[in-house]
Amino acid sequence: MKELSISELEARFQDKIDREIKIEPNDWMPDEYRKTLIRQISQHAHSEVVGMLPEGNWISRAPNLRRKAVLLAKVQDEAGHGLYLYSATETLGADRESTIDDMHEGKAKYSSIFNYPALTWADIGAIGWLVDGAAILNQVALCRTSYGPYARAMVKICKEESFHQRQGYESLMVLAKGTTEQKAMAQDALNRFWWPALMMFGPSDKDSPHSAQSMKWKIKRLSNDELRQNFVDATVPQAEILGLTIPDEKLKWNEERGHYDFSEINWDEFYQVLAGNGPCNRERVEARKKAKEEGAWVREAANAFAAKRAMKKTA
Amino acid sequence: MNNEALFRYLLRLGDDSLILGQRLGEWCGHGPILEEDIALTNIALDLIGQATSILNYAGEVEGKGRDGDKLAFLRFEHEYTNLLLLEQPNGDFGDTIMRQFLFDAFRKPLFEQLIHSGDKQLSAIAEKSLKETKYHLRHTSEWIIRLGDGTEESHQRIQKSLDNLWRYTDEIFMTDSVDEELTKNGILPDLSSIRSIWEETVKSVFAEATITIPTNNWKFEGGRRGRHSEHMGYILSDLQYMQRAYPNMEW
Repeated sequence: MKELSISELEARFQDKIDREIKIEPNDWMPDEYRKTLIRQISQHAHSEVVGMLPEGNWISRAPNLRRKAVLLAKVQDEAGHGLYLYSATETLGADRESTIDDMHEGKAKYSSIFNYPALTWADIGAIGWLVDGAAILNQVALCRTSYGPYARAMVKICKEESFHQRQGYESLMVLAKGTTEQKAMAQDALNRFWWPALMMFGPSDKDSPHSAQSMKWKIKRLSNDELRQNFVDATVPQAEILGLTIPDEKLKWNEERGHYDFSEINWDEFYQVLAGNGPCNRERVEARKKAKEEGAWVREAANAFAAKRAMKKTA
Repeated sequence: MNNEALFRYLLRLGDDSLILGQRLGEWCGHGPILEEDIALTNIALDLIGQATSILNYAGEVEGKGRDGDKLAFLRFEHEYTNLLLLEQPNGDFGDTIMRQFLFDAFRKPLFEQLIHSGDKQLSAIAEKSLKETKYHLRHTSEWIIRLGDGTEESHQRIQKSLDNLWRYTDEIFMTDSVDEELTKNGILPDLSSIRSIWEETVKSVFAEATITIPTNNWKFEGGRRGRHSEHMGYILSDLQYMQRAYPNMEW
C-alpha cells in the first residue's frame, strides 16, 4: 500500500474534523494539533491544581461543619479534574511531571484568576459562582472539542463544575440575605472578582494568537469574546437576584444587540498578571514547587518499594 | 443511666474526628503527589462528616439546645477532649501518615465493637464510620510499609515519626469514670480488648515496614481532660475564626 503524503494525511484529518468525527490517540494528527492540545490541556490541568490553593486556604476557617465539608469535597473534585486532564495529556505522549515542571519554570501557564487572593469567606462563594461559572462556559464548549479523550473528560468535569457553581451561588445567597456585614462582604467579593472573571476568557478575539487555527481544528468552538458575552448575559440577572451590584457603570442592556454592553477590560492588568506580576503569582508557583520538592522523598520511596516488590515476585 | 457520661464520651469521639479532620485539611494543595492530595482530602472529609453526626448527637443527648456546629465552634479550649496525638502538627508526609495510622488502627476495632453498642444511634454512627475507617487504615498501613521499606531516607524519616508520636499512644487507651460507666451499661466495649487488637495491628505493620517501636516508654496524657498542647490554641483560632469574628450569623 502506498504511503500517504503529509498533505493527503492533513486533508483526511481536516475532513474528519469537518465531519465531526472525534480524533483519537492513535489517529494521525498534525504536530501542531498535538502541541496545541498538550499546551491547552496541561494548562487546564495546572489551573485545577493551582486553583486548589486559594480555596484550600479557607478549609481550616470555614464557618460551619457543612461548609467545611462542602469545600473539602469541592477541592477534592478539583484535584480529580487535574488527574483526568494530566491523563488526557499523556494520551498525546506528554509526560505529567515534565508538564508540571514547565509550569514551575514559568514555561506553561495556568488560569490567571488564581493569582488573585481569597481574602474573605465570601470569596469562596464568589469563586464558585463566578470562576466556576466562567469555567463552565468554556468547558461546555469543550465537551464538543475535536479530540476524543479531552471531550470525554470535559463531560464529567462539567457536571461537577456546575454543581460547584450552584453551591457557590447558594452560599453567597445566604450572605446576601444575611446581616449588613455579610452583605458588604459579598459585595466586596463581587467587586474584586468580577473583572478577573471576565479576563478568564482570554484576550479579545482580535488579539488572540491561537484562536483562528484552534477554531478550524474545532479544538475551540466559540471565540473568547462570544464566551465572555455569554457569561455577562448569564451572570447579570443572577447578581440582580442576589441584590448585589456589578462594578461596571457602563453595564447596560442593549435592546438592539440583545446583549449587555459592558466596559472595556483593563488589558494592562490582564497582561501584567499573565506576565507573572499578579498579587499571588509568586506565592502560587512557590507553593506548588515546595509541595513537589518536599514530596520528592515520598515519591522516591514509593518507586523504590515498588521495584523491591517486583524483584521479590520474579525471584 | 446518666446522660452526662454519654455526652462526655460523644464529645471525645467527635473531637477526635474534628481535630484530625481539621489538621488534614491543612494539606490540601500541598501533598507530595496529586493522588495523595485526593486521598488526604477524602479522609479529612470523612472525619468532618463523622464529627458532624457525632457532635449533633452529643447536642441531642445534652439537651441544652446546642447542635454540632455550636459544639464544634463555640467551646473553650479546655472543653475540647480530643487525644493529644491528633492535635500534633502535620510535619512531613510521614508524620501525618504515622499519626493517622496510629489512630486508624484504634478506630477500626473501636467502631467494629461500637456497632454492638446498646445505644442505637451510636451503633448506626459506628456502622457508617467503620466503612470509611477500613479504607483509611488500609491506605495508611500501605504507606507505612512503603516508607519504612522504601529508601534509606524514607526509612529514617518514618522511624523518626514513630519515635516522636509513640509517646501519645498510651492516652488512646486511658479510661476514667466516663468509660467505666458506659462499659458497665453496655454502651461501650472494654477498651483493654481493643488495645490488644491495636497492638497486633501496629506490630505487624511495623514489622513489615522494618521499623521499631521506641524503647522510651514515657507517656503523655491530658487531652481527654481538656489539657492540651501549645498547638491547640492555634488550631482553634483558625477553626473558630468566623464564628468568633461574626457571632450569631447563618452561613
